[in-house]
This record gives sequence, C-alpha cells and structure tokens, in this order.
Amino acid sequence: MTAPLLEVANLRVRFPTPTGTVEVVRGVSFTLGRERLGIVGESGSGKSLTGRSILRLIRKPGEVTADRLRFEGIDLLSASEWQMRGIRGARISMVMQDPKFSLNPVMTVGEQIGEALAVHEHLPRRQIRSRVLEMLEAVQIRDPQRVFGLYPHELSGGMGQRVMIAMMLIPEPSILIADEPTSALDVSVQGEVLRLMNDLITRKGMGLIFISHDLHLVSQFCDRILVMYRGRIVEECAAGELDRATHPYTRGLIASVPRMDETRAELPVLDRSQWEQA
Amino acid sequence: MNAISLRNVDIAYGDTRVVEDLSLDVAEGECFGLVGESGSGKSTVLRAVTGLAPDWTGEISLFGQPRGKAIDRKFAALCQMVFQDPYGSLHPRQTVDAALSEPLAIHGLGGADTRVPEMMAACGLDPRFRFRLPHQLSGGQRQRVAIARALMLKPKILLLDEPTSALDVSVQAEILNLLKRLRREQKLTYILVTHDLPVVSFLCDRLAVMRQGRVVEVAPVEALRHNAMTHPYARELVEKSANRVSA
Ligand SMILES: Nc1ncnc2c1ncn2[C@@H]1O[C@H](COP(=O)(O)OP(=O)(O)OP(=O)(O)O)[C@@H](O)[C@H]1O
Ligand SMILES: Nc1ncnc2c1ncn2[C@@H]1O[C@H](COP(=O)(O)OP(=O)(O)OP(=O)(O)O)[C@@H](O)[C@H]1O
Ligand SMILES: [Mg+2]
Ligand SMILES: [Mg+2]
Repeated sequence: MTAPLLEVANLRVRFPTPTGTVEVVRGVSFTLGRERLGIVGESGSGKSLTGRSILRLIRKPGEVTADRLRFEGIDLLSASEWQMRGIRGARISMVMQDPKFSLNPVMTVGEQIGEALAVHEHLPRRQIRSRVLEMLEAVQIRDPQRVFGLYPHELSGGMGQRVMIAMMLIPEPSILIADEPTSALDVSVQGEVLRLMNDLITRKGMGLIFISHDLHLVSQFCDRILVMYRGRIVEECAAGELDRATHPYTRGLIASVPRMDETRAELPVLDRSQWEQA
Repeated sequence: MNAISLRNVDIAYGDTRVVEDLSLDVAEGECFGLVGESGSGKSTVLRAVTGLAPDWTGEISLFGQPRGKAIDRKFAALCQMVFQDPYGSLHPRQTVDAALSEPLAIHGLGGADTRVPEMMAACGLDPRFRFRLPHQLSGGQRQRVAIARALMLKPKILLLDEPTSALDVSVQAEILNLLKRLRREQKLTYILVTHDLPVVSFLCDRLAVMRQGRVVEVAPVEALRHNAMTHPYARELVEKSANRVSA
C-alpha cells in the first residue's frame, strides 16, 4: 500500500471564551489517500474548522494541537509560515463555505483565477486568459467573457461557488478540501462540476475531502464517509453503506431527509439527549 | 387577495438584463417555490421585491399596493428577506444580540430582552451564542441567525433564499417544521428559493422553474411529486434529482 497523502491524528481546536476555553474539535483522526472522503454531520460539529486546521488557517486566539498532521512527509504543525504559503492553494487547496466572501472583493473573477493559475505554471498573459475562460466554461458558467470581468459581489451564489472551485482546481493540487462546494448549484450544473473534480482524482491522483450536508450526494459521490457530531467522529462507513449506519445520530439524520414525494406533515427531528450523556 | 404580484417584470444590473418578462402571483398564506438553474435570476427576483435591485420595470405589488423602486420602511415591516449568503447579511462587528434587536429598535418596538432569547430558541440557537460575532459561528449557525433576524418584526411575507442549504438535515428539519408552523399560525406567505426539490415538496404549494432569466413552467407541487412537469428543462431537473435520491 502507498503512504497516505494526509494523516491526521488527535486533532484538537480550542477557543477561549468569557466562560472558559471551549474545545470544538475534540480528537479527530483520519487518513486520506487518493480517494474521495466525505464528511457529514451536525451544523457546528467542527467540519469547517477541521478543514481549516489542515491549512493552518485558524485565526488567533484559536489554538490547534495534534499528535500528527502530516502531508506528503511534511509536518504541517511545525512547517514555517513561508512553507505553508507554498502549500496553500498550490498543493492543498480549499473551497470555502462562503465563497463570495472568501474571494478577493476588489479583483475581478478573471484576474483571481488567472493568479491561481500563474502560481502553477508560467504562461504568457494571452494564454492565461484563454485557460481561465476554458475553466469558467468547464464549471458551466454561461457567458464566460462577461463573468471574467465581474467582481465577486456581482455573482450569483452558485456562480461564486463555481468560480471558487475553478480557482482551486486550476493549479491541480494534491488535495482539495471542498467545504459545501455545491450547495448552491442546481442538479444539472452540480453533476458537471463533480465530474470535473473526479477527473482530477482519476487523472492526477488528487485526494478529496468533501464536506457536505447532502447525504444522498455524499453516499453516491464519495468512497468513504465520516460522520461528525460535537467535535468528534462518531461513525465511519463505506459511502454505499450509509443506509446501514448504526450510530443513533446518523440514523436520525437519514430519517430527517425530505423525499421527493414528501407527504409527512412534519419531519422527524432528533432527540439529541439520548446519546449525549455518553 | 394576492400577497405578492409581479407583472411583466424586467430586471437589470447596468446594461445586463438578467430577468425578463416575469409574471407571478402568490396568494396570501401560500408557499411558492422558485427553483432553477444557478445564475438564472432567482435571487434577483427576491431582491427586486424587497427593493434591493432597483433597476426594474413592470409592476410589483404587495397586498395590492404597488411598491416603488427604493427601500421603504412600511414594506420592510411587511416583507422580510433571508439572504442566500448569511455572511453578507450580518454585520461582521455586530453580535447576535445586536443583529436581532436592531430591527425592533429601527421600528421603535420594545421587548428585545424577552424576544431575542425567544427567537433564538425557536431557531435552535444555543443561548451561549447571544453575544458572539458572526465569524465565531459555524455556517449553519449564521444562517439560523439570519432567519431569526428576519422573523423579529413578525412580517406577513418572508422571502427565503436557500434558507437551509448550510444546515445539516436534522437542523434543516427543525427549521422547515418551524416555517410550516409559523405559516399555519400566522398565515405567513413565503417565496422559497432552493435547489433542493424535496424541500419544495415538503413545504410548498406551487413552484416555478427558471432558466436564463425566464420562468419556463409554473406547476402545483403534485407535478413535482409525480414527475408530471411538462417543460423539458423542468423534467430534466426533476429526473436528475429523483435519480440521486433513489440510487
Ligand atoms: N472564533 C470562534 N470562537 C469561538 N467558537 C468558534 C469560533 N469559530 C467557530 N466556533 C465554533 O466552533 C464550532 C465548530 O465550527 P465549524 O465552523 O467547524 O462547524 P461546521 O461543522 O463547519 O458547521 P456548519 O455545518 O454549520 O458549517 C461551532 O460550534 C462554532 O460556533
Ligand atoms: N450586482 C450585480 N451586478 C451585476 N450582475 C449581477 C449582480 N448580481 C447578480 N448579477 C447577475 O445576475 C444574474 C442572476 O443572478 P442571481 O443571483 O439572481 O441568480 P440565482 O438564480 O439566484 O443563482 P444561484 O442559484 O446561483 O444563486 C447572474 O448572471 C449574475 O451574474
Ligand atoms: Mg462549516
Ligand atoms: Mg441565488
């Protein structure tokens, strides 16, 4: 077996609050190979912070510790800020949950994607432009010429997600962390965008961490799923076997998903107190 | 009476016209779903109704009263919007408490001390979050603050732009149940924009499908449940969603 791309062991994230320190990621461990790893779970359970910790993007006064946080042989916890700058974007990139607010507000879409490409390859200006336009087309942007010149606040929600995906995929990173990357896309466009991610996985051996609330999507698109609850991984399963999950939290989640032919007057909600004492 | 009525509405940003010749009626107490292609103009329609996309022609009226192009306080108390990007609608330096009290203060209403915690509880927000800033909350927690804020003024119309897309399905279920209950108890009228067709099936009475700035089909929600939409694009969306759910 080849070594994993990423190893995470006992990852913890803490924040000081007026009433004492709270630990919001509480001992998360997993490895990522050249695969599609889905992370689902409770809102506020620490999914985004886990992703951000890998890139060392937790702002002070937040505190991150881990027994191990290794990427292709590099210890990410002790890497210098200079080393991290070479890794972020180029080798590990992250599609943020609020793409329109993570993009640079004073740079056009075309300039930003072009800059991401320039990190990866040295190309003449004209060629950069045509590669960026190609990428916008690949993420199903209608009218790429117009969108090339728009600023982030002029994009629709789903266009912002696609621009961010284009920007993160164009340098062909080894790992892509995608935080709710397709929640604002209609199913047709979503299918095309997932195909594009998949292409990098099969062609370049990219590893993908796919954070999502969409259980159907994750169980079809990913290979393996982690379920998080209150800062911990409570269950892990092969993606196709999500419907056989056993943890009461996971079972509860599955029951709350509305169906296309929905006729229930009310959706079942979770009684979280059942297993919380544990 | 129609709570919301749009007649031959065109909406533009500068030289680019993004919505064309749109007409819709939403009855009082109705929940109307607006679905369709990403970038087709759904959020823009909601923004025009609230007065945030001023460059439009045609007629927009709420409860029979035509609205002007600017933001209007009288309409604000009547009609509130929950934005697609909760980050963008919450002030970065405003705590949850301030964000929820502000609408009351602007409209000269009191009672913030009791109404803020009540509303937080109704939206599933832990009381500990009351004095936190937006960046100290998760994506789904921010979205619930945005929903709570919109409800503070007890509006008659709520325009909801992807209100549950950042929520896990169990919290989504709580919010959807809350929206359903509010509608029953207070006769609220909703327009709900979403990409999640099963959510439309749960909450809505009718839906419109948009593509490239136009409505291609309006249908009762039964057409969605029984795969009986007629426009090819609407059928494509329904079939692709259904495949995902069943496989
Ligand atoms: N700066 C901060 N200070 C204090 N607590 C924080 C801070 N940032 C995040 N948190 C808390 O950490 C927890 C985990 O946040 P995180 O953003 O990782 O959740 P998530 O699993 O991504 O949720 P969602 O699905 O809603 O996006 C949340 O309860 C949040 O309130
Ligand atoms: N401020 C703006 N300036 C210029 N163009 C804009 C602006 N806001 C939106 N647009 C354009 O209007 C069109 C419709 O955007 P809108 O946000 O209404 O789409 P949407 O249907 O809500 O899409 P999504 O499902 O992706 O959120 C897009 O082409 C977008 O680029
Ligand atoms: Mg998150
Ligand atoms: Mg939108």
